[in-house]
Amino acid sequence: MDFKLSEREELLRKSAREFAESEITPKIDAMEATGDFALDLLKPMAKLGITGIIAPREYEGVGLGYMARTIVLEEMARVCAAVSMAMQVHHMAIAALNDFGTEAQKKKYLPPLARGETMGCVAITEPSGGSDILGMQSTAALKGDTWILNGRKCFITNSHTSDFWLVLARTGEGPKGLTAFMVDKNAPGAKTGRVEHKFGLRGSNTGELVFDNCELPRESIVGQEGGGLGVALKTVSESGRTGMAAVALGILQSCYEESAKFANERVLYGKPISFLQAISFAVAEIYTELDMCRLLCYRASWMKDQNMRFDTESAMAKSYTCDAAANCAKKAIEIHGAYGIMQEYKVQRLLRDAMVTISAGGTGQIGKVVIGRAALAPFQKKG
Amino acid sequence: MEKIIVCIKPVPDPLAWDRLAMDPVTKTLIREGIPSVINPLDKQALEAALEIKDACGAEVVLLAMAPVSTRPVLRQALAMGADRAVLLSDHWFAGSDTLATSRILATAIERLAPFDLICCGNFTLDGSTAQVPSQVAELLGIPNIMHVSAMEFRPPGPLLVTQKIEPGLVILEAEFPLLLSFTKEANKPRYSSFLEILAAETREIAVWTNAYLQLGAGLIGLGGSPTQMADLLIRRKVRQGLRLEGSPEEIARLLADKISQLGIV
Repeated sequence: MDFKLSEREELLRKSAREFAESEITPKIDAMEATGDFALDLLKPMAKLGITGIIAPREYEGVGLGYMARTIVLEEMARVCAAVSMAMQVHHMAIAALNDFGTEAQKKKYLPPLARGETMGCVAITEPSGGSDILGMQSTAALKGDTWILNGRKCFITNSHTSDFWLVLARTGEGPKGLTAFMVDKNAPGAKTGRVEHKFGLRGSNTGELVFDNCELPRESIVGQEGGGLGVALKTVSESGRTGMAAVALGILQSCYEESAKFANERVLYGKPISFLQAISFAVAEIYTELDMCRLLCYRASWMKDQNMRFDTESAMAKSYTCDAAANCAKKAIEIHGAYGIMQEYKVQRLLRDAMVTISAGGTGQIGKVVIGRAALAPFQKKG
Repeated sequence: MEKIIVCIKPVPDPLAWDRLAMDPVTKTLIREGIPSVINPLDKQALEAALEIKDACGAEVVLLAMAPVSTRPVLRQALAMGADRAVLLSDHWFAGSDTLATSRILATAIERLAPFDLICCGNFTLDGSTAQVPSQVAELLGIPNIMHVSAMEFRPPGPLLVTQKIEPGLVILEAEFPLLLSFTKEANKPRYSSFLEILAAETREIAVWTNAYLQLGAGLIGLGGSPTQMADLLIRRKVRQGLRLEGSPEEIARLLADKISQLGIV
């Protein structure tokens, strides 16, 4: 078993870190204040290879795997989780198109996504809920050669910053009655709705998509008609959960760094507070959680790169890391004392951001349903 | 423009400086276990070379004298866009001071000749002597412009170099071959794109030993070094509070005196 990262992975980390620290940091205050994603980051991120990291070379991507993506998302989230969140969803759209799209769809949509000309967006959640995917109420009906889409999607990351959306809608009854569509934002009857104002991940755009007799060409289907559940589950489980886990991992890394730095600098009773066991134990706990989560996240991504089934492992990585990020951000705030709740200190942002990761990209509880199923299966009585 | 040589020095990562120690006998830094990074100003030198390469084409060759374990640092520099690298690595080179180092670098550059331009950082983070670039140029018999804060080269026009000196800026028109050493203001080094990181994996890092350079033992290493480090002290920053007492007027005067004394205003 080799836990060492390759030279390539170390270089990717270094490059992503340098970029994030130099280019993303100056944008954070404005994103926090306005709640808008810094769209001018797209071009430089594309130049580096972030936007197209998992897109195949033939569609102008970099053609790297999920391990590379996790490292890059982690490094961006270490600096600003909101930008990392926006990119992880962008990658979800790329993954769905690459896994299920026709050659024509790949040629049309993947290059602009890889070049960072627009952002990717996957729209599953509705006002009726996101976890209950079969309870979806948006519908699409075929009239002649045109699909007529009706419904409303909510809490959609990159909703207002994307030129086309991957949308799931009901085309029939039951689990085989869901279908995925590519929807151009200028399609007749398609429009964006309200923009949400979140308390965390503020720089990642979240909002509504509204479809009022939206007309889509017949070839808008991604995958098979009735195959939408498979598109959604694979995309959420593979790129969604590993991506969210990577975002939370970056937050955790930042919790550790901020806590260790502060504990070594802040002097009380004549010496740094790191000499107090109450503080050093808290830092030790954060450090341990960070290491555990990194192993979970890297294993899940590595399994994807090995073409192994990893739905349980991605659920473990996602649900555990997002919880750990929130718990450790709380600890980091406690280590900072009153400074921790001040806007000027990063740790308060870390807690706000970490809380958003828990319900995003498949809730932690749904993750535990997946894990529980796998954990119980070997001991279930047959028949 | 045929060939640009960029001198790269792997230096101890500043984040690990608190773990740095000195060999009590050789008075050299013990680098084992300390991660290395590209000397920051060498990135400016490399960026300048790559800008010329982008503008008019040239082979950019990296040259470093360092242990073989620092290859990842050269790989990172290759991932910025350099074409190949030469790593000068031999236990005979260990302990070289700036003169011995310059002899080794200059000899290697002669092996790489012909060249048009040598780019260096103005100084390195670990030694900070700023002597090597000028010594290399002297040994090669070419001009050296230090403190380069800007460069402009649009063939067939001349190479225009802005040199930062204490009273202001000097704009020089220069001819090749020459050696330039760059300051932080010279440019903004590019990031290694992921595609370049992949491409760099197949770019050559040749390791040259003294068997190839054929320098005498009296010219290199500790034996070839007229200077030796006497001691190394780590500067530690300590926060210190100062309590001023008296009437508000007295405190204000004491504070103003202190600010003046510290040279803040």
